[in-house]
This record gives sequence, structure tokens and C-alpha cells, in this order.
Amino acid sequence: MKNLIVSIWRGREDGRFVTYEAPRNESQTVLDIVTYIQREVDPTLSYRFACRVGVCGSCAMTVNGRPRWTCRTHVSKVVEDNRLQIGPLANLPVIKDLATDMTRFFERWQDAKGAFAPTATRADPIAAIKPEDARRQAVDAGIECINCGVCWSACDTVRWNADYLGPAALNRAWTLQNDARDGAAKERLSAVAQKGGCQACHSHQSCERHCPQGLNPTASIAGLKKMSLSAYLRGELK
Amino acid sequence: MSALADRRETGYRRDALWIAALVHRLSGVALALFLPLHFLVLGLAIRSDASLDSFLGWARQPLVKCAEAGVVFCLAVHLAGGLRVLMLETRGWRPGQRNLAIAGVLVAALAGAAYLIGA
Ligand code: SF4
Ligand code: SF4
Ligand code: FES
Repeated sequence: MKNLIVSIWRGREDGRFVTYEAPRNESQTVLDIVTYIQREVDPTLSYRFACRVGVCGSCAMTVNGRPRWTCRTHVSKVVEDNRLQIGPLANLPVIKDLATDMTRFFERWQDAKGAFAPTATRADPIAAIKPEDARRQAVDAGIECINCGVCWSACDTVRWNADYLGPAALNRAWTLQNDARDGAAKERLSAVAQKGGCQACHSHQSCERHCPQGLNPTASIAGLKKMSLSAYLRGELK
Repeated sequence: MSALADRRETGYRRDALWIAALVHRLSGVALALFLPLHFLVLGLAIRSDASLDSFLGWARQPLVKCAEAGVVFCLAVHLAGGLRVLMLETRGWRPGQRNLAIAGVLVAALAGAAYLIGA
């Protein structure tokens, strides 16, 4: 197989693409390519990864114009004309090369009250929740988020609206709103109905299209919109 | 040009629903521009028959007819897109949004074509 032509972002926001060549192998992932270049060509290349099996959510980058988890993206699926362009995730400040500063992404989880608020103690019996319960099913549909930031990078509302909480934080809020054991539903609903909250979403579904876990933040956000509208009509939300 | 401009990172915009959102916005702007014109014509109709007649003569030209069909399309596509999003936001999630958005554009195109044929 011919060598791949790979351009990789080097430097900070004002960096540039540098072109490298990498040998092509069977079943190669984009992360394999980045690792090859760091180990064999230029050890100063910075990037993040940990699990290499799609669990930790740390390896996301922009590959040929779209955000992807690189450890589970096969080169054969994304290569165009034998070329790959690999950049840092969009909508986040670049620390160096392919590593972004994800502080804002995680702060939004706090702003959306993305932490579980327990209503019982360890002395209490374990809550009985049936798997077929409709609310539990809503939780199950959105629970497998790996915090990779792919949806954040694929969202134009994040790009255009600095206050926006973003698809992942809102999806998280929706799973908690449906968790029968959680005790902060009221505070959370008012947090996600603020300026920059669920109503700011344009329902593009770019987040759904790119989420490597197959989640649908747009659906979760639609649920939050409906929930906050009914709370508002009942006078529970200002 | 900033170095950031080399960074291709908006490939996600090549999607039916992203384009649907764009069409919704653009049709809204087009309608906002057209409405004052529409009221101007109504004003002419109320004020004098003569100026209305000359205006209606102008409005029968093929190019103007096509533009009007475009306005009908904008109105229908804006309505369909607005209804879809309104349903999504007040009734909760329903699958098949991409197909619904495409169907909305098709219906609007039919409305525009029907206007052109009927006119
Ligand atoms: S559907 Fe909402 S959250 Fe998802 S990409 Fe579009 S604007 Fe962002
Ligand atoms: S919702 Fe999907 S794309 Fe977004 S952070 Fe979670 S796993 Fe990643
Ligand atoms: S390295 Fe852990 S998800 Fe890719």
C-alpha cells in the first residue's frame, strides 16, 4: 500500500499544518497514525489518548473536517485521496498540537447541574427501579456518554453562542431529570432553562450524527425543552 | 488570513438538517424583505386604481411571476420548518426528523410549482 500523506496541526491557535508520511497498514486507526508519527518521526508531537478502545473519551480530534474518536476510527473509513488532515477538536482553545483545553466543556457540566443529587443514604434500602420504566429507559438512552467532546466540536450553537451549555451537558442533565433517585430536578431545570440553556439548541442533530457512542443529545434537549415549557406554563419556572 | 482558516472543521454542516436550519433562516429573511413590498402594493390598491393597474401589468411579466413563486416557496418552507421545530420543542422527541425536513422542502417546492402553473 502507498504511504499516507498526513497533515497534522502543530502549535497553538496560530499554528499551522505540517505534512508527514506514514506507512499504511491493515485495520489501522487514525490514532495509530498519530502514534506512529510521534514515535518514529517527531517525538515533540502532543496528543491525548488512554484506553485505545473507545472508553475513556480522551482521543477525539478533527479528522478530514469532522470530529471523531480517533482510536476507533479506521483510516480506511475517513481517508480522502490517500490524505488525512488531523487537527485539534474545534470550539476549544488549543494547548499544543492536537491537545485542547477542555475546561470550558467540563465547566458547562457543572453549570447544567450535571452532578447526581442523592436523596437517600447508604443506610437506606436500594431504590427499586424497573428496567421497563419509561423514565429509566430515557436515562438508559443517554447514559453512555464518554465525555469525548465530539458533539461540542460539531455544534454550531457552541461555536456561535458563548453561553451555550452544549449537547453533552444538556444530555447529562436530561438523564438526571429522569432519574427517580435524584433530588435536584427543580434546580437543574431552572439551570438548563436559563439563557444559553436548552432553548438555544437549533436541533441540527450534528451532535447526534457525530456522537461515537450513538447517543442523541438532540432528543434529550427536546425533552428538556418540553419539560421546561410545561414547568413554565404551570408557573414553576420564571 | 488566519492560520485557523486552514483548519477544516465544519464538515458536519453537510447534513440535511443543518441545511434545513439554514433554509429556514434564509426564507425568513426573504419574507421579511418581501413583506414591506407586499404592503406597498396593498397601499397602492387602496389609493388609486391607475397605479395599481400599471403595477399589476408589471407583475404579469414572467420574471416577476417566477419571483412570486419563489416567495410562495419561501412562505411554505418557512411554515413547514417552523411547524416541525415547534412540534419537536413542545411535544418532545420524534424520530425521522431528517425525512420530515426533506418532506417539508418537497411540499414547499410543490406549492411553488403549483403557483407557477396556476398563475
Ligand atoms: S442539535 Fe442542538 S446541541 Fe446538537 S448540534 Fe444542533 S444545536 Fe448543537
Ligand atoms: S454525547 Fe457523545 S459525542 Fe458528546 S461527549 Fe458524550 S459520547 Fe462524546
Ligand atoms: S483512547 Fe480512549 S476513547 Fe479513544
